[in-house]
Amino acid sequence: MRLLRFLLLVLVARPLAVLMTGADVSGRERLPLKGPAIIAANHASHVDTLLMLAVFPSRAVSKLRPAAAADYFLRDPVIGWFSRHVIGIVPVARGKAADGEDVLAPARAALAAGEIVLIFPEGTRGDGESDEMGQLKSGVARLAEAFPQAPVIPVWIQGAGRVLPKGASVPVPLNCAVLVGEPVVWTGRRGGFMDALRAAMLALKAQAPPLRWSEEP
Amino acid sequence: MDFADWIGRAQAFLAAKPPALLAGLGGVVILLGVASAITAVLPLLKPGKSFEELRLRIASWWGMVALLAGALLLGWQATTAVFAFISFLALREFLSLAVRRREDRPAILAAYGCLIAAYGFIVADRYMFYIVFIPVWVFLGLPALMALIGQTRGYLASAATFHWGLVTCVYNLGVVAFLMRVPDSEPLPAGAAGLVFFLLLATEFNDVAQYCWGKLVGRHKILPKVSPNKTWEGFIGGWITTAALIWFLGPVFTPLSGLGLAIVAFVLPAAGFAGDVTMSAIKRDIGVKDTSHAIPGHGGVLDRADSLTFTAPLYFHLLALFGLQKF
Repeated sequence: MRLLRFLLLVLVARPLAVLMTGADVSGRERLPLKGPAIIAANHASHVDTLLMLAVFPSRAVSKLRPAAAADYFLRDPVIGWFSRHVIGIVPVARGKAADGEDVLAPARAALAAGEIVLIFPEGTRGDGESDEMGQLKSGVARLAEAFPQAPVIPVWIQGAGRVLPKGASVPVPLNCAVLVGEPVVWTGRRGGFMDALRAAMLALKAQAPPLRWSEEP
Repeated sequence: MDFADWIGRAQAFLAAKPPALLAGLGGVVILLGVASAITAVLPLLKPGKSFEELRLRIASWWGMVALLAGALLLGWQATTAVFAFISFLALREFLSLAVRRREDRPAILAAYGCLIAAYGFIVADRYMFYIVFIPVWVFLGLPALMALIGQTRGYLASAATFHWGLVTCVYNLGVVAFLMRVPDSEPLPAGAAGLVFFLLLATEFNDVAQYCWGKLVGRHKILPKVSPNKTWEGFIGGWITTAALIWFLGPVFTPLSGLGLAIVAFVLPAAGFAGDVTMSAIKRDIGVKDTSHAIPGHGGVLDRADSLTFTAPLYFHLLALFGLQKF
């Protein structure tokens, strides 16, 4: 299964991502090659996950586990199987936190096993109407607190929301840029950590090529 | 089949190609070899200065030369496939930067469809279809589709953006592949591939010559508002050097001579410059330095092919007028 996943990612996902988005990565050398490590990226489209799996160096891609909403990706057995075994998701039970459930347990287990967890702290894809970053949820800080030795690498993905916005079913090839930043260090306080992560992601956004869809023509 | 058989087959494959084309490709390989040797020596002569960008640039040149030389040697099918892909990359870069309205997503998809259709006419060898398809039918059809989408805010600018991108990235680059369809019955000194080779050689030589002249003796800025690194010295030096190259090597690769060749030698370098500064003006308008990072050391595909989008149709039409029966 691991080999199948690797071959699908390298031989299918990667050419597909290059064809659809150009997969223009800067700072690729900052991507972690061993876990535990956390990657925090903005989220505008399903293309975000495909793109991160595609740009990851081959020797580390087997360790990459995208965190994904259990209510969305595990609701149907076929998509669920594909999500678990090919995309390699760690399920996050959104909205179950109130019931006292530890929604981050699968992600924590993956980190403890030395894997690299890709997390979208906005919690959901943006609505496509604006290219601003949404509110960041603090789950990423709780993971960083649990694994203070794990680097948290901020990533900005520019343009994936144009290739396949929320609600669209047909992807359109357009260039996307992936900007990888320097790791954010766990400071011992969730608030300070979240502010630093947010600032790092916005700094990457400022370096990205312009996305003129958000402006008035 | 063992190794010796493969060598024998490769020799037979190359022996069937026009000698002038092989000599031309060999010449490019030697030129690049010299450039690589210089970049290997430069850090020793001037320690402390970084030549990484130059090294990347030349490494990418090797890749581009290998791709295009391979396509030209394999024939029209491979060349058409490579240029269709170059057009796709260029168009994707252009639309990614230039289109402003999110409502135009269906029009972007349609634009890629137009690309496939235009290259389909090259595969089918239907010249009359090709020459009217983008300039007339897509010119009318795409804006009509955009009217059906129903967003009128910024409509005219957006329709014009699509047309500009399709003509430069698809129609103008496609004629390069179409040159490969000239039959061997025409008097071609280096085959149809020689025609394409010579266009690519002259265009890229002009880019490099203008850059080198500008670096060596450039003083007076030619278009500071659009392209601040371009100088009169680079422009004129490149023009004269490229015109001389076209005049002396033109008869080796093309059926041109006399007046036709003189006109190509005179106008092609200027067209290359015009393509370069036109794309610079667009990039400056959008607020980017490069159209992407697809080619290390060069920027995007459009950064490399900008001059070709102007020289290709010019060369094609002058060849059609002075040297070819097919077009």
